[in-house]
Amino acid sequence: MKSSGKRWQGDLVAAIQVLMLLATACSRYQSVQNPAGPQAQRLYSLWIFLLIVATLVFVAVISAAFLAVRRASRRPQPLRQDEATHRGLTRIVAAATGMTVVILFSFFIYSLTTGRALASLPAKSALTIHVTGVQWWWDVEYVDTVPSRRVVTANEIHVPVGVPVQIIATAHDVIHSFWVPNLHGKKDLIPGHTTATWFQADTAGLYRGQCAEFCGHQHANMALWVVAEPREAYEKWYAGQLQTPPPPSDSLARAGQDVFLSKSCVMCHNIGGTLAGSHVGPDLTHLASRRSIAAGTLANTRENLQAWIQDPQSIKPGSRMPATSLRPADLKALVAYLERLK
Amino acid sequence: MTGAALPRDLRYADADSDQNRGLLNRTWREPPGFWGWLTSVSHASIGKRYIVTAFVFLLLGGLEAGMMRLQLGRPENSILGPDRYNQIFTMHGTTMMFLFAVPVMLGMGLYFVPLMLGTRNVAFPRLNALGYYTYLIGGCLLYAGFLVNSGPDAGWFNYVPLAGPEFSPGKRVDIWAQTITFTEISGLIAAAQIIVTTFKQRAPGMSLNRIPLFVWSMLVMAMMVIFALPAVAVDSGFLAMDRLIDTHFFNPAEGGDALLWQHIFWFFGHPEVYIIFVPALGMVSSLVETFTRRPVFGYPVMVLSLIATGFISFGLWVHHMFATPIPQLGQSFFTAASTLIAIPSGVQIFCWIATIWSGKPRFATPFLFVLGFIFLFMIGGLTGVMVASVPFDLQVHDTYFVVAHLHYVLIGGGVFPLFGAFYYWFPKVTGRMLSERLGKLHFWLMFVGVNLTFFPMHQLGLEGMPRRVYTYLADMGWGPLNLVATLGAVVTVLGIIALLVNVVTSIRKVPDAGDDPWAGSTLEWATSSPPPAFVFENIPIADSRTPLWTSMQELQVVSGLRYDIREVLITSTLDAIPDSRHSEPLPSIWPFLTALAIGVLFIVSIFNPLGTLIGTALAAVGFLGWGLPTQQDLDEEPPVPETR
Repeated sequence: MKSSGKRWQGDLVAAIQVLMLLATACSRYQSVQNPAGPQAQRLYSLWIFLLIVATLVFVAVISAAFLAVRRASRRPQPLRQDEATHRGLTRIVAAATGMTVVILFSFFIYSLTTGRALASLPAKSALTIHVTGVQWWWDVEYVDTVPSRRVVTANEIHVPVGVPVQIIATAHDVIHSFWVPNLHGKKDLIPGHTTATWFQADTAGLYRGQCAEFCGHQHANMALWVVAEPREAYEKWYAGQLQTPPPPSDSLARAGQDVFLSKSCVMCHNIGGTLAGSHVGPDLTHLASRRSIAAGTLANTRENLQAWIQDPQSIKPGSRMPATSLRPADLKALVAYLERLK
Repeated sequence: MTGAALPRDLRYADADSDQNRGLLNRTWREPPGFWGWLTSVSHASIGKRYIVTAFVFLLLGGLEAGMMRLQLGRPENSILGPDRYNQIFTMHGTTMMFLFAVPVMLGMGLYFVPLMLGTRNVAFPRLNALGYYTYLIGGCLLYAGFLVNSGPDAGWFNYVPLAGPEFSPGKRVDIWAQTITFTEISGLIAAAQIIVTTFKQRAPGMSLNRIPLFVWSMLVMAMMVIFALPAVAVDSGFLAMDRLIDTHFFNPAEGGDALLWQHIFWFFGHPEVYIIFVPALGMVSSLVETFTRRPVFGYPVMVLSLIATGFISFGLWVHHMFATPIPQLGQSFFTAASTLIAIPSGVQIFCWIATIWSGKPRFATPFLFVLGFIFLFMIGGLTGVMVASVPFDLQVHDTYFVVAHLHYVLIGGGVFPLFGAFYYWFPKVTGRMLSERLGKLHFWLMFVGVNLTFFPMHQLGLEGMPRRVYTYLADMGWGPLNLVATLGAVVTVLGIIALLVNVVTSIRKVPDAGDDPWAGSTLEWATSSPPPAFVFENIPIADSRTPLWTSMQELQVVSGLRYDIREVLITSTLDAIPDSRHSEPLPSIWPFLTALAIGVLFIVSIFNPLGTLIGTALAAVGFLGWGLPTQQDLDEEPPVPETR
């Protein structure tokens, strides 16, 4: 008896360890449970409140059902259907219903106040960013009253820590949804509508967002990174983005630029300072400064770039980017050129 | 001839019973053979067909779910590509909602409502046949499309512009839209049957306050169908027109609006969930009553809760759209309504627990499914209240948290009661009991499997895993919990296999159930198992809510209906006082032919607008043939209303 009890305890400990392992194995950079800003923090508190209340209600009702079943099945006969029994049961059911109403009402009030708080982030000194959802990537534009201070990038948003950010969002083709769970809940991007949402990152770090409205073949691989960094780092990054990349200095990169401008690449992509000026696909002016390619799907490495250019359809089937067949030398030159677009 | 060997409605019938039964049988029996199958207008045959067909679709939808779980079992898996995966998840949703859940509930209603009301058939038998055939054609159309790689792939919700002509070229979404139109027709027909039958064909004495809760739930569900399905008919009609004849209802570039689709779709789509859930509540009430040997506590409150659920469910639809640019204040109203609907659900759960508490439960398989229902539905209901909160929903909307929530509600709140009801009424329909051992195995495998599959999904949603993704990166760390979910799906499949084995072995044995194996309280147990074509030789009288319990020895009957033509008794709506005799039509091939004509209309119009004209003309021919007078019409005397 005792040994089996010990074994049982051992199993329990093992089970808890496995659960903890599962919990820690999970991502922290795309999670509701790791809030990095005031809104996500409020939403996380709301979740904890809901979790506790729901657990209590669940335990109460299931215990009541369990007790009812146990008590009733020990009885030889059903209870007599007399006035007193009926009155007793009516009282209990009415009390339980009253409790339900009270709990639901407090839930409703808490939900309303949270909603109100979420919507009232200070608008002063906010950074405004236009985000457009496109099958299957994110077009990002930093707004400034001076046209030359506008920055266009894709799939990566840098923000300074502690500054409210306003996202003005729409969609180019179908409905997408902008969602960075560590910072805020989601907002749908709907063609023909412009929507706005706010967030603020209080902790520097990398946060991943992912499209949350089904948008076709590559809905699963439509992600973006939010890089929250201290003010100076952000300013440095922004200044870098404002620069037009210098013309390639070495012959390999020059050859690569020629490849870019003479192949189908130029039909869809923009690179500042060159003749490539199309905005069908992501802007590549500062491609090399980004962490990932293919909308958060691949790390931005030489091998991945090569693989992506050669055969995007095997990495993201259905993607709008066609395969480009290049001689090995041309591919090498092209990638060398792209890698210099810091 | 002893009373005990006879169905209870016969014990006190007159001496010519055998002769009467022979006459009734000749009048009401279905023609034999395949022809008879096609022409049948019996509520029992059609109800059974709905149920069997819906179970086939359940298995198909389950296979699709299994494919998805295999694909998602580990990160960056390559069993299914996005094109195939998107078709499969769309097929899964469409199948489960339109081809399984709603038809199976309607089928249960069509079969059991007339039995519980003590009547011989539904109000419009030929229309009933038409409803089934349109449902069957619609389901076949969807799967024919899937087999030729034209399964719809824009989600069961088909949000525009993704489902519009520009971003979903080809015929995939057209096939979806027309399948929906077929199921709308059959749903509306079945709902009309249930409403009219319940209001006009109740056994004498079954006043509104004596209608069994199961029938009440079917009535509320049918009312909801009448108000909800036209919305999706409009929506899928607009979509089909946008796609086929270049209208621009949903095209923002031409003054249309993408959000319009969502409003109309969810105005249907949210009541749809309750259309599945409300009949399940009725089933739970039936099961609780029989297996605790106690009338359900708080009958008036239970009825009002069902009706309240039906009403409130029409005020919730925006909670599917909290992430869209609808102003906060407006959204708050929908939070309030979504919170409110928890109250009638809670009240019913409390009443069932009170019934159990005061009764004497029997732990047969159906009752286990009721207990499983309470457990699972509590989880689904509580997460339902959570997602009613606008701010919280912004985090979990369109994530696996919602996948977990909706499956707890639909499996816990819909499928578990349905399985319980299946074990409960299987003997009535087939005359054979299902094995209790296999039944309990089925229950435990399902219970464990469903929890194992869906509980981890709550956590996956909080960790940021969106819905409707065909794959995910290994770095995301979602692999282990997804693997657990996939293992859970395997356990669930084992449970379904136990059910299938149980059904197959039971069907093969000799009938062993008797008329009333569970000692039920309602009128369906007063006739033999399976019921004869005429259901009741004499129309029973309901003298209480539980007529078989209160009149153990003498179920009173009324006589006076003709034996040589198909007649049913019409009673008054409020108090079920006998009002008139109504003759019902004979079997006919015309409903089947009309359904084929409607099939031509909707299917050909996918490929050529002329199909609308051809199909309408053919359907007109069908309805004309349908209206031809039959021999019975010519023989029949004008009905004489009874004086009272």
